[in-house]
Amino acid sequence: MAEKKFPVEATHIMMFARSVGDENPVYYDEDYAKKTESGGIIAPPTFAQASAQFEPNFVLRPQVGKPWMGSGKTPTGTPPKPKTEGEKKEGGGGGGGLHAEQHFEYHRPLRPGDVLSVTILPGKKWEKEGKRSGKLKFSETISEYRDQKGELVITARGVGVVTERVVEQK
Amino acid sequence: MPLSAKKLKVGDSHSEKVVENLHRTQLVMYSGASGDYNPLHSDEVFATQVAGYPSVFAHGMLSMGLTGKMLTNYVGDGRLTKYGVRFSTQVWPGDDLTATATVEAIREEGGKHYADFAVSTKNQKGQEVINGYASARVDP
Repeated sequence: MAEKKFPVEATHIMMFARSVGDENPVYYDEDYAKKTESGGIIAPPTFAQASAQFEPNFVLRPQVGKPWMGSGKTPTGTPPKPKTEGEKKEGGGGGGGLHAEQHFEYHRPLRPGDVLSVTILPGKKWEKEGKRSGKLKFSETISEYRDQKGELVITARGVGVVTERVVEQK
Repeated sequence: MPLSAKKLKVGDSHSEKVVENLHRTQLVMYSGASGDYNPLHSDEVFATQVAGYPSVFAHGMLSMGLTGKMLTNYVGDGRLTKYGVRFSTQVWPGDDLTATATVEAIREEGGKHYADFAVSTKNQKGQEVINGYASARVDP
């Protein structure tokens, strides 16, 4: 079990809404939002995922002084993982796996000024044989977002998958 | 305008084109805002030469976010109680995505009204990229 703090800020909500192509003023215009049912700026439904910004050692964020898997002088900054016996060319593995499912349960919308505590709980793990990418290894993560009053506001369940090889394109 | 339980019927649906000709820059915007800087989504050199994909591709969560815009436009702001998806096919630069919500049930619980939806997002070839569900609080 891990816990992190996630302060919700208006500028972050605005940037996030733009990044999902949503120009609804309820995500950036306080004067407009005040007159709506929301009563103020709220965050879009998938915003909780941006709590990754506040994870101290998030593996998908480059960190100063540490090797990064993306390209620079060479196509990748980290040596390829040693192949286990019989393992074929690893696909999504190079990028830390792929996202298979995401589920949210909302108790109320997030608002600027909220300071959330996020508790991350491990979930189930399972395997499946895939048609287009070989053996698939699934693992589930449950994140509980509680507000400054300790009330549960969002429960998120993510499922990640590591594929045996690059996903074949249809 | 929030939906009203009285006016909704099972089978009613709402569709929106949520992105047209998805640009790589949109993937960069999503990386920056979400904090998911996986180079598969922004680094063409890494995505093609190291990971072996034909190009960078969209974060699953970008497709879910784009689909979420259709949902909130349909059910109203702050009305969702549940939203979940499975990512079935990758989304590539240049793709057009159309998201659809279809009413599956209208119910009352503790004096409040809710609607349940099936959610599906398809690319320009008609392939489903997202398959999911949502529930929202609706007016009586």
